[in-house]
Amino acid sequence: MMPMAAIVALAVVTYGFRLAGPLLRGRVTVPAAAERLFADAATVLLIALAATSALTAGHGFAGWARPAGVLVAGVLAARRAPFPVVVIAAAGVTALLRLAGVS
Amino acid sequence: MRFLWRTASPALWRDVGLVCVADGIVGVSFGATSVASVNSASGLPWWVPVTLSLLVFAGGAQIAAVGVVLAGGSPVAAVLAGAVLNTRLFPYGFAVADVVGPAGRTGASGARGVVRRWLVRLLGTQVITDESVAFALRHSDPARRRSAFWACGVGLFVIWNLSVLLGVALGSAVRNTDAFGLDATFPAVMLALALPTLTSKSTRVAAGTGAVIAVALTPVLPAGLPLLAALGGLGTRWTGWRRLTGRWSRPVPSGHGDGSGDDDGGAALDKDEVPAGGRR
Repeated sequence: MMPMAAIVALAVVTYGFRLAGPLLRGRVTVPAAAERLFADAATVLLIALAATSALTAGHGFAGWARPAGVLVAGVLAARRAPFPVVVIAAAGVTALLRLAGVS
Repeated sequence: MRFLWRTASPALWRDVGLVCVADGIVGVSFGATSVASVNSASGLPWWVPVTLSLLVFAGGAQIAAVGVVLAGGSPVAAVLAGAVLNTRLFPYGFAVADVVGPAGRTGASGARGVVRRWLVRLLGTQVITDESVAFALRHSDPARRRSAFWACGVGLFVIWNLSVLLGVALGSAVRNTDAFGLDATFPAVMLALALPTLTSKSTRVAAGTGAVIAVALTPVLPAGLPLLAALGGLGTRWTGWRRLTGRWSRPVPSGHGDGSGDDDGGAALDKDEVPAGGRR
């Protein structure tokens, strides 16, 4: 469940990140090392989220159809396929595998 | 807004349109997956994805937060995951600070003018996204920077919220979105967003380690925690380890450090590498 308080909290934090630059422009600069750490933290989270949401459902294995679709999407993304193609490929491959009886 | 119609070129509108189409597809998928039942568990109420899209307006963080709660995680873990993903908006804000406010000194002067300028600036702040920043950074001319940022930012805000609404309607109508493979679109989006940022070895090692940690802990930890534990993967990029081990294995040259500075260099986001409909 996602209560309204949680949504507002995320909204306030997010707006704060956005507002710092326009508010502090010319007075503060972000150290390059901190910027790299932010960027790496976001990347680590994205990859970990991709891995867990592709492979697991609840506390167990999600079945083969979903990871297969995500794998195809990943290959397409690595080959710089357009973003809509990547997303549609993920859903399409997974749906077709399920239609064929692969869970 | 009038300056947009004067300064925006047809090419700009075409590019903005393409990004809007891409994000629209993700928005529909996000709305549908949020409210649909996943693995026999019930989905979220319709107002959760809709409010998130209006107030947070950051696709990656929205998908992450909803993903955590749909997997059974706590709201606190969901907010933390979303907040960490959105830290990148912090440097973005500095990058586009010059175009977020209103152009020139047009309009009323005095107190009313000040209020109006701040209102525009606060609105512009909300539409700072990967895409609008990438559009702004393509130009050096201030007027073109401004029109690129505002055209993309406002266009995306409208399309994103409309598409999430459409997705919510579709997700409520279709009982089982798994049959359409929509559950595969979340991880696919995350992957497509992350791949262009895996530019350096240290980032790849950290991300790989984090992913292994998260997947390995999923069977044993409550939902949401494995994702936060993945941040432990960042421990691999702490250069202090290398300096420490380096001191033991070989003599340190005079001066500070090994000077190679090697594989951290490319870690910063290359804004031009953000794919259409990139990290939101």
